Amino acid sequence: MAILLNRSTRVIVQGFTGKIGSFHAEDMKRYGTKLVGGVTPGKGGQKHLGLPVFNTVKGAVRETRAEASIVFVPPPFAADSIMEAADAGIKLCVCITDGIPSQDMMQVKRYMMRYRYEDRMRLIGPNCAGVITPGQALMGIMPGSIYLPGRVGIVGRSGTLGYEAASQMKALGIGVSTSVGIGGDPINGSSFKDMLKLFEQDDETDAVVMIGEIGGPQEAEAAIWARDNMRKPLIAYIAGLSAPKGRRMGHAGAIISAFGESAQEKVEILKEAGVTIVPTPSSFGEVVADTLSRMKKAA
Amino acid sequence: MDIHEYQAKELLARHGVHVPRGGLAYSPEQATYRAREIGGAKWVLKAQVHSGARGKAGGIKLCANDEEISNAAEAMLGRKLVTQQTGPRGKLISRLYLEEAVDIAQELYVGFVLDRKEERVMIVASAAGGMEIEDIVEKAPNSILRTSVDPGVGMQRFQAREIAFGLGLDHNLIGKATETIFSCYQVFRDYDASMLEINPLVVTRDGNLIALDAKMSFDENALFRRPEISELRDKSQEDPRETFASDRGLSYVGLDGNIGCIINGAGLAMATMDMIKIAGGEPANFLDIGGGASPERVAKSFRAVLGDKNVETILVNIFAGINRCDWVAEGVIKAIREVGVNVPLVVRLSGTKAEEGRRILADSGEAVIVADTLAEAAEKAVAAWRAAAKKKKAA
Repeated sequence: MAILLNRSTRVIVQGFTGKIGSFHAEDMKRYGTKLVGGVTPGKGGQKHLGLPVFNTVKGAVRETRAEASIVFVPPPFAADSIMEAADAGIKLCVCITDGIPSQDMMQVKRYMMRYRYEDRMRLIGPNCAGVITPGQALMGIMPGSIYLPGRVGIVGRSGTLGYEAASQMKALGIGVSTSVGIGGDPINGSSFKDMLKLFEQDDETDAVVMIGEIGGPQEAEAAIWARDNMRKPLIAYIAGLSAPKGRRMGHAGAIISAFGESAQEKVEILKEAGVTIVPTPSSFGEVVADTLSRMKKAA
Repeated sequence: MDIHEYQAKELLARHGVHVPRGGLAYSPEQATYRAREIGGAKWVLKAQVHSGARGKAGGIKLCANDEEISNAAEAMLGRKLVTQQTGPRGKLISRLYLEEAVDIAQELYVGFVLDRKEERVMIVASAAGGMEIEDIVEKAPNSILRTSVDPGVGMQRFQAREIAFGLGLDHNLIGKATETIFSCYQVFRDYDASMLEINPLVVTRDGNLIALDAKMSFDENALFRRPEISELRDKSQEDPRETFASDRGLSYVGLDGNIGCIINGAGLAMATMDMIKIAGGEPANFLDIGGGASPERVAKSFRAVLGDKNVETILVNIFAGINRCDWVAEGVIKAIREVGVNVPLVVRLSGTKAEEGRRILADSGEAVIVADTLAEAAEKAVAAWRAAAKKKKAA
């Protein structure tokens, strides 16, 4: 099933009746996502977009057998919503909200540890574009039309740069198995490494594109893991070549504050680990095409 | 968000951390008055700017009488202090802090940071204080103590005590050090700090433990629930271009190049800047217009970018998901007609309603250079910038 999400995944929306939640719920439904309801505390029992509204996530899970939840709740309340989802037995939670305090995210991650690994929810984001399995389902805010269904996985911090990569690939006829935005915050639910593990195990993914940026240790960690464990080709781009040290570039986590966190240093670490580097943000398409054709020749 | 040393010290002192007696001054006269208020025979005058490494840059001065205080204050006020951390533009000194001089027996380092690998608050301490942490890491790596806080229960006193013993402090100082470290952690947690650094934390000759310097930054995502911290913002320490943009809800970082950037999404913005550099140009700024940007918001972005006098070309690069290219195009036209754009303008629109957007630009009759791809956009922007620069030179 590609990874994380397919056409039969039962999805609810937290922050369902709000303006943003409604807009994207409709969009996701249109794309083919199996939306089964939503949660807005105090509006339980109503219908919205033809779907039932619940007061609590537990109520929604009980009535709809939802397995996945997408969170559009404003930053002051988002951490609480994520923990509610974890406690209600949701398996996959995608949090779109930008602006959650770091201390709240630390607590969220600590809270999730109270569940056994097999029962633990997988969190994607926050501050991300979400997940799309092209041709099947969308749990996010990306424009579905730019993704061709196919066999290359994408994982990136940035939403729009992910669109750029997917559309360059589409222009060359290369499709995507699943694209995951892990978000631009310093503390996020799933790391690059977490996603590489899933793509490596997925029968419907042949190669993976990783789109990193300045700040934090996750790209380097992923590269080391890939060197030791990954058989599928890994292709990577790191944004922020021209970013100065110590300045936050939009994303809360995009700041060079330690050795190994600049784009140049990350590229060096990735190269050493044998990762194929996309040299410029306009050559995603070419480099992926090249890698795929080399794989074909080798096979 | 950064705050000043004196603000950090006030915050810490309120929570039981010992700091030297001191007072704020906006003029030389006020500084000498503060000296009499504080008492003693020696004082330290410290420029209040959002930067470390002030000492080497002439921002810290030991004074023994009114005249010295007055002269030092005169020399500092209104000047821009350029340190290793401020960049060549420096930061304006408009506030001074005068403190009693402290008789130092030993200098320690204590820092609190958000550790992204562990996803916890990490406490770093060293008995080799007084130099920058980077230098401690290099010169005395074995002196560094680290411990991280479980976010479920918060820091425990034993952790602070372990650090106190680990620093090799005298036994009669262990209690004081434990309380100091523990109080710092509470301030860090209670105010949503992202960084707290006491360097140096000093042992005085009379057996006290005092925070001689204090540096704090706060998580901007948490300011909504910390109004008392938001109030400490000092706009004079910010790049005025960035203040203008952030007051209008735009995410902007000023740089030193000539090609202004208006982009949606932080990742694409960084990538576009990289592409400009690869094409042989230099970006003047990072700017993310965010999602769902209205024509008004786009026009505001132009104002922010054009506020930088070094901008000689503008590149708009939009890959719309939740944005709409038709709105962006309307914003571009609005900016040309209302803000006035007298530099070459390159626009690339992709994604949601891209065709409508391109049509709006074409029908407007305005001089907009259109590009289809990211590479083309960057190349055209650099070419337009070169041509404009040549023309300027010739004129």
